[in-house]
Amino acid sequence: MTPEELLDAYAEMVLIRRTERAAHDLFMSGLVKGTTHLAAGHEAVAVGASGALRPDDYVFATYRGHHHALARGATPEECLAELMSRSTGLCQAKGGSMHLTKASSGMLGSYAIVGAHLPMAAGAAWSAKLRGSGQVAVAFFGDGATNIGAFHEALNLAAVWALPVLFVCENNLYMEYTPIEAVTAVPNPAADRAAGYNMPAEIIDGNDVVVVHETVARAAERARKGEGPTLIEAQTYRHFGHSRADPAKYRPADEVERWMKHDPLDVARARLEALGVPPETVADRDRRAAATVDAAIAAAKNAPEPEPALAFTDVWADGGAAWRT
Amino acid sequence: MADVKFTYRDAVAEGIAREMRRDPSVVCLGEDIGAAEGVFKTTVGLFKEFGPGRVWDTPISEQAIVGAAMGAAMTGMRPVAEIMFSDFLACCWDYLANEIPKARYMTGGQVTVPLVVRTANGGGLGFGAQHSQAVENWAFTVPGLKIVAPSTPADVVGLMAAAIRSDDPVVFFEHKALLAGSGPRPPDDHVIELGRAAVVREGTDVTVVALASTVPLSLKAAEQLAGEGISVEVVDLRCLIPLDMRTVLRSLEHTSRLVVVEENPYQGGWGGTVVSVVADEGFEMLDAPIKRVAGANVPLPFADSLEAEVIPTVDKITEAIRRLSVY
Ligand SMILES: Cc1ncc(C[n+]2csc(CCOP(=O)(O)OP(=O)(O)O)c2C)c(N)n1
Ligand SMILES: [Mg+2]
Repeated sequence: MTPEELLDAYAEMVLIRRTERAAHDLFMSGLVKGTTHLAAGHEAVAVGASGALRPDDYVFATYRGHHHALARGATPEECLAELMSRSTGLCQAKGGSMHLTKASSGMLGSYAIVGAHLPMAAGAAWSAKLRGSGQVAVAFFGDGATNIGAFHEALNLAAVWALPVLFVCENNLYMEYTPIEAVTAVPNPAADRAAGYNMPAEIIDGNDVVVVHETVARAAERARKGEGPTLIEAQTYRHFGHSRADPAKYRPADEVERWMKHDPLDVARARLEALGVPPETVADRDRRAAATVDAAIAAAKNAPEPEPALAFTDVWADGGAAWRT
Repeated sequence: MADVKFTYRDAVAEGIAREMRRDPSVVCLGEDIGAAEGVFKTTVGLFKEFGPGRVWDTPISEQAIVGAAMGAAMTGMRPVAEIMFSDFLACCWDYLANEIPKARYMTGGQVTVPLVVRTANGGGLGFGAQHSQAVENWAFTVPGLKIVAPSTPADVVGLMAAAIRSDDPVVFFEHKALLAGSGPRPPDDHVIELGRAAVVREGTDVTVVALASTVPLSLKAAEQLAGEGISVEVVDLRCLIPLDMRTVLRSLEHTSRLVVVEENPYQGGWGGTVVSVVADEGFEMLDAPIKRVAGANVPLPFADSLEAEVIPTVDKITEAIRRLSVY
């Protein structure tokens, strides 16, 4: 990555961090209902990958997917408005935190049934292959998804059909409240499975945006050349609990401390410094992100609630919901 | 050369082939559908005509089959996925219950999922409990799926065309007991709009609403009863979603008596919804209680004699109609 690219990536990560902090605070103050699964701590995976992809590539995410929507061009305002049930939300307030989607820039959805979107990403990659478009598809998923059948079916199909798809595991060491190692037969929940599908796998520092960028760029190139899928296990850590107001007391203090010291924003800042980017330039990006998110919060708060009629739109492609004559 | 016989199973392959010829985005995937031409021979000729680039054999991975079809449908293709036996829909039910029907709605209309999931449904071939169930009512419980279940070869072709052209997801039930039956080959570009029932026999005393396998059974019952002076109108729903209640209600205007014949279990069967609409909107027209002839609330047994006990038969239908006609 050039210094300019890295600076942009940093700015995007700060924007995500700020948005997630806002989502947390809005949830705590009752303005966001239901649930949230925040991705603070996971920023480098989304931003590193997104920067290495073509604008027309496809991305599929999980319910912990705010960072992927933002990295693919959704604005903090669209995201926060969706969380706050406003008509200006990304999904017209019909999706919520767990289903952020920005299809116009290839972010084809956030799915809340663990593992379900891996076969979809394989299918989008199959479609790209059939159309000869040179696109790739990427499925981002958690460590917990590696123990569900859809993961294994998707990896096998993708390998057998040599599909241009990347499986990117965001291994944050926990599936909900249970350490992944306690429920998984192999130490590296994603990467250790790849051999069974004759698929190359890499375990990487998911908190280093440069490493993620380079790894995804290589895998995407392989995929575009027709050499098939790659599995990437990106090690990372969430800064908040699993969801809602979870205080994450089940995580040992020394583990939390170790990972907090390896914050993806700090890692990027250190790299920028090493490249000679002046601290004022970096601070300026911090300020701009803060201003953007503050404005987004205000705009979302002021946006109207959805019209009741929206409950009956878009079941069908004709826009309606009629089930009988 | 004129066709000696155009079977229901030929019609499935023919219906798909016609759409594949006109639209290069139509692709097929499923287990043994390629060179092997399908375990029910419902994809005969497709692999030969369109090749491995458009007819894809899959591993035994029902979730990957339907999930990949969904991803492809969201990105410009029109996949036709086969799930060999409808019982196996349970293995990929997440996609039919949670993913495919909800994607458009929950994204605020950002994506469409134009795919067809075809599957061999129902009893009559003696396959036992895990390969014989009529499960169209499973799909009927899910808002966001269109449901087709044709009873004749011509309808298979016409409804397959509409299903593949539909921008909405369609579950297409091919009834196993009908596969060997034959009928006229429909003309080119035969398309039947989804949600249009057919009055397949006109009558004045009792309306029988049927679907797929229960259509020929009901027609046989109607024929027998004609000899007894009972005039039966038979409505073939052809689709469950959209459900053509207008045709059912219009028929009741002149018969005032309703029998619903469905192979799925009485418990939770689609007939319950049909009769609830009639009770709500057609109550004044009725001169008798409504009868449902449905699958029994048991798994399907193996022996033919036992299976006949628990799924609709001509005798059960004639019996129900006779009772209503003298009410
Ligand atoms: C099929 C399914 N089972 C269970 C759940 C409930 N659930 C939601 S998130 C979660 C943990 C997933 O952990 P992981 O895949 O590691 O992702 P993370 O939340 O850590 O990002 C569980 C069990 C679900 N949503 N879907
Ligand atoms: Mg996890």
